[in-house]
Amino acid sequence: MSSLGSTIVSLRDIGKTFDSGTTALDRFNLDVHAGEFVSLLGMSGCGKSTTLRIVAGLSAASEGAVEWPAGASKIGFVFQEPTLMPWADVAANVRLPLKLGGADEAQSRAAVAQTLERVGLASFAQAYPRELSGGMKMRASIARALVTEPELLLMDEPFAALDEITRFKLNNDLLTLWQQLRRTVIFVTHSVFESVYLSQRIVVMTPRPGRVFTEIAIDAPYPRGEHFRTSAEYGGFCRQVAEALGQAMAGDAS
Amino acid sequence: MSDRALRIGLPVLMLALVVLVWDLAVRAFAIPPFVLPGPGLVFATLIADAGLLGQSLLVTLTITFEGFALAAFGGIALAIAFNQWRLMEYSLYPYAVILQVTPIVAVAPLLLIYLPQPLAVLACAWIVAFFPVLANTTLGLNSVDHNLIALFDLYKASRWQLLWNLKLPAALPQMLAGLRIAGGLSLIGAVVAEIAAGSAGAGSGLAYRIAESGYRLNIPRMFAALLLLSLAGVAIFFALSALSHLALRRWHESAMTRER
Repeated sequence: MSSLGSTIVSLRDIGKTFDSGTTALDRFNLDVHAGEFVSLLGMSGCGKSTTLRIVAGLSAASEGAVEWPAGASKIGFVFQEPTLMPWADVAANVRLPLKLGGADEAQSRAAVAQTLERVGLASFAQAYPRELSGGMKMRASIARALVTEPELLLMDEPFAALDEITRFKLNNDLLTLWQQLRRTVIFVTHSVFESVYLSQRIVVMTPRPGRVFTEIAIDAPYPRGEHFRTSAEYGGFCRQVAEALGQAMAGDAS
Repeated sequence: MSDRALRIGLPVLMLALVVLVWDLAVRAFAIPPFVLPGPGLVFATLIADAGLLGQSLLVTLTITFEGFALAAFGGIALAIAFNQWRLMEYSLYPYAVILQVTPIVAVAPLLLIYLPQPLAVLACAWIVAFFPVLANTTLGLNSVDHNLIALFDLYKASRWQLLWNLKLPAALPQMLAGLRIAGGLSLIGAVVAEIAAGSAGAGSGLAYRIAESGYRLNIPRMFAALLLLSLAGVAIFFALSALSHLALRRWHESAMTRER
């Protein structure tokens, strides 16, 4: 495994209880290191998305603290749905974060063009979201998250709604981007296979209330590609992670 | 025959049929014009009274447009205010509903007591037309994708940025639907108020012409004026539909033609 960077964000004993009385998270602890690709893995409703929203500051923790040892990082967020503005073309959607930051169109043109190039949408800048396939919408959504050059990229089951072929393609492209840009990624998923394929480290969560059940390092080298996806090593990791997930869920039932 | 041709051709055919039956019935039963004038006589009256009716049409349309403009502006502005200040919505929304559910025919005479006639007519047009704009725009402003709001939060968007860049564009389809209803309603409001006002004068609108012709048993002119009112309503509807289509054609489902 590559040497660990400094800690970019620490979650300390995070608890989250909603007004409805549902406890989503209970004493959740996590350190994320700079440049790391870490996945939160758990079944639906285990508080994975809540964790991301708390890190992003979109939701406040009921207990505990989110600490930023090196100061608050710039954050990019990719939602489960593409969440594009249907009335704006792809370029305008990607430009949005810069626009909200006060940059005008001329100032942000280069950044938008470069980011669209990165995600493979350069020729679709003038297209409207409805004209794009599901995978392309998600690429636009990722471009929008990357356009501000965030240190920390939060992804909330971004590929869950895509077909398998598209998902594999986007997994590969995401890893390529991550290796080019060396940003920190926290990736939420309920797929064992996807988490093993992508991550350096997988945090397995218990069902509600969400807690860290165990952490598993996936110390296979990058770049990872189809040979990794079909390797015995990959199968072994998947089995190990699936067993841990099974135990995490069984722990709840007992 | 293509679908489009049928959609235009069939109503025209229906119209021709009805006019034919109408004309034949009037001739066959020798119905006197003060009971039911034939279509030919209505058309002749329309031509003969073109000056008078045209002037009245202009009066009614002016009031309709003024009422519509005020309703559009007032409805949208109030919806934005409600959206920005919850307490204002709580305080005023019930009264907007009351204003809407109270029949305008019953309110018009009261308005005519307190306001000078032209202003009372305008107020009627405004009252009936502004509520659909308010209700639809409010619905639109409150139906914005929550994740997009979260995204604006993440990038620390100001209230103004949130309103201008997200809420208003997202509410546009509902806002335009409200305006389309308001267009027809402002015509109705203007007509109701004119009929309630009922006083003569050079500045009298089409509705007044109808009432006046009724008293004088000038039934052909009643029909001619009614025809003009209908045409005005249809024209307003099509104009607003076209505006809605132009504004939404590039992105909204309602304005899309799909190949099957």
